[in-house]
Amino acid sequence: MGQEIALRLWRGDRSGGDLGDYVVEVEEGEVVLDAIHRLQATQCPDLAVRWNCKAGKCGSCSAEINGRPRLLCMTRLADFDPTETITVTPMRAFPVVRDLVTDVSYNYEKAKQVPAFSPTARDADGKRRMMQADVERGQEFRKCIECFLCQDTCHVVRDHDDNKPAFAGPRFFLRYAELDMHPLDTNDRRKLAQDAAGLGMCNITKCCTEVCPEGIHITDNAIIPMKERVVDRKYDPLVWLGSKIRRRGQREEL
Amino acid sequence: MSDGHDLESPAYDVVVVGAGGAGLRAAIAAHDAGAKTAIVCKSLLGKAHTVMAEGGIAAAMANVYADDNWQVHFRDTMRGGKMLNNWRMAQLHAQEAPERVLELEEWGALFDRTKDGLISQRDFGGHRFARLAHVGDRTGLEMIRTLQQRAVALGIDVFMECTVTRLLLDGGRVSGAFAYWRESGRFLVFEAPTVVLATGGIGKSYQVTSNSWEYTGDGHALALEAGASLINMEFVQFHPTGMVWPPSVRGILVTESVRGDGGVLRNSDGKRFMFDYIPEYFRSETADTEEEADRWYDDKKANRRPPELLPRDEVARAINTEIKAGRGSPHGGVFLDIASRREAELIKRRLPSMYHQFKELADVDITAEAMEVGPTCHYVMGGVEVDADTGASVVPGLFAAGEVAGGMHGSNRLGGNSLSDLLVFGRRAGLNAAYYCTRLRGQRPRVADDDVKASADAALSPFTDSVAGGENPYAIQKSLQDVMQRLVGIIRTKGELEESLAALEEMKERARKVTVEGHRQYNPGWHLALDLDNMLRVSECIAMAALERQESRGGHTRDDFPGPSEEWGTKNLVLTESGGQILLKHQPLPVMPGDLRQLFEVK
Repeated sequence: MGQEIALRLWRGDRSGGDLGDYVVEVEEGEVVLDAIHRLQATQCPDLAVRWNCKAGKCGSCSAEINGRPRLLCMTRLADFDPTETITVTPMRAFPVVRDLVTDVSYNYEKAKQVPAFSPTARDADGKRRMMQADVERGQEFRKCIECFLCQDTCHVVRDHDDNKPAFAGPRFFLRYAELDMHPLDTNDRRKLAQDAAGLGMCNITKCCTEVCPEGIHITDNAIIPMKERVVDRKYDPLVWLGSKIRRRGQREEL
Repeated sequence: MSDGHDLESPAYDVVVVGAGGAGLRAAIAAHDAGAKTAIVCKSLLGKAHTVMAEGGIAAAMANVYADDNWQVHFRDTMRGGKMLNNWRMAQLHAQEAPERVLELEEWGALFDRTKDGLISQRDFGGHRFARLAHVGDRTGLEMIRTLQQRAVALGIDVFMECTVTRLLLDGGRVSGAFAYWRESGRFLVFEAPTVVLATGGIGKSYQVTSNSWEYTGDGHALALEAGASLINMEFVQFHPTGMVWPPSVRGILVTESVRGDGGVLRNSDGKRFMFDYIPEYFRSETADTEEEADRWYDDKKANRRPPELLPRDEVARAINTEIKAGRGSPHGGVFLDIASRREAELIKRRLPSMYHQFKELADVDITAEAMEVGPTCHYVMGGVEVDADTGASVVPGLFAAGEVAGGMHGSNRLGGNSLSDLLVFGRRAGLNAAYYCTRLRGQRPRVADDDVKASADAALSPFTDSVAGGENPYAIQKSLQDVMQRLVGIIRTKGELEESLAALEEMKERARKVTVEGHRQYNPGWHLALDLDNMLRVSECIAMAALERQESRGGHTRDDFPGPSEEWGTKNLVLTESGGQILLKHQPLPVMPGDLRQLFEVK
């Protein structure tokens, strides 16, 4: 059932590179990552690409397919016209290491700057109680697989390296929001999100939400509520919710 | 320390190899115990295979069934492993798992809740009570993210995309580890008196597997080479339900939670065939009619468990038999049906990532139609032989935890017992590595320059030894996967196992002439050439032990010895390496004390 498709891949390293054209055999039901793996196994064994689970769960194989940030393992070849050349390039917002592999250390540096979760004490029986409705908001954000496609697409840093020191990016606004909405956390991270993480630089164009492979409503459910809470608590419907949760008022500002 | 130029050589008290659940938990524990700790991992932080675990963490917290306790969990675990487990590991695991789960919550994990606001627990195969703490069907992601964030908050050093190729010794004791940066290809030497192996499993030696590329048996091979022993290597778990179609996703895991939440297996005649495969060993606790099985989901006291929730080895064999008998699905699997049994909303809420996975990759809506599934290589029960309490191997300074360690699961692991294993024994190994360092009182073993030089030469050999007619590593890997799948798979025979060993010899020869193109910078071909050596060595251990064990038990089924044997039930097979040869010996199982043995006498 083998059929051939045309792939155009960026090959190169920090010092530069170019797009190269390849023809590779593919089979029914395959994804872009399968085509790249076959290329690696048969034509270019040193072709660099990151991947792990090949099931959309680990967020390693992020790249840009025809210019759009996507996971290579979740993009099916059947979605393209068979005569079309599929172009795969590394994520543009991060420095290239080699071929499709980029240096994503920016994200790991930003992760270090998020103050840790700090819970209230356990209940008398040694357990903790939270209602399902109260954990669901955070659970949506914790679906994040850290593929960093949202970081890649965000125009604040995509073509503006100079903004990176002051801007944590959508993935970490998600993290700040998750902690802020955690029923048992005792810290108040609003000031920190606004000042140190650069929440104010986001002008909610929703590009991050559009590319999220997990379908997380990054802008609507995390960034906008955080912005509202930063501006003034009284405009935030969550304050009402928060006031129903223990110790909400006692959070310590970080 | 030199190979002509300056070599990066960071010094630590504890070096943890692997950043999945066990590695991260070990590093946190070692750090907490005061050790200067490093984590070294082949991928980026947070991408390890733990991220793919779906169902949950087994822990007798009794949040859903008050009757649950560690003794019941212990008993389930031992019976699931067909009594070949190291009883002390199974005991510690059952006793400590609940606190390890609560600890994750302390560090920010958001588990699904019961109506009372406690951590919810779900049903799984082989567990008497609903026991798995979970987050939908992405529990592994929650666990790894929580541990990752904790490790980062503690400021533990992480060496990402860095591969350890050899352990360094000083007079038989660990003195460090030799590694290369995947990105630059440059070498580095960790100077450390202890190494905790937490490298996971071996699944990449098989063609159809749920495992990621990292699962090349690195820790198993590093341990062997350093003089440690492996046990239980003949026991490989084939998860009953992997995707079978389309070909590119063959092997990707379909969580056992589908069955835990009410899904059933059917053959091409539409028959719930598992009722035909209830083994004598589990008959008294398994429902024998569909009516009783269906009632069990709501009333566990008055009804027995559905046969779809027998331990994984039983279900995988049954599916294999149905397919071979010609009663399979169109693409060579069987049908897993939850669509006709549960509301679409419940399916989407409880199994969101399964819904997403089938929709995106196979065009199947699991709320409307049945999935096609078949067995996939999932887990190796065998691993480094360790002391139950400390995770110490026989090599001073070398510890192992998680899938790379052997003994805990005996001949078959129950679903959900892996994540809890990672936490319980990751912590123990980390703590005990730190204690070992303290006991050295400054008498640190030294890294020998000659060993570093030899390690560097070995790592570069795929470049320097390139000869005319040398082979591409991908081609050898493909042959290996084919041989292991065909000859050392779910059902084994003497003849096929002998054939596999001969084929492995041949492949070792081919691997010596492997040729790598390009340079050292982020070169997957080179990385595979180095991993291949580990895969071959570990595959040989599996095939040798499988040939030796003349019985069928758990994850080892011999067509020529179909039943379990009492005599074989009392011993482990222990593998070591000497002068490049794998040696095998028999060793009696540790004897369970009387008070624990009683748990198996009462019904």
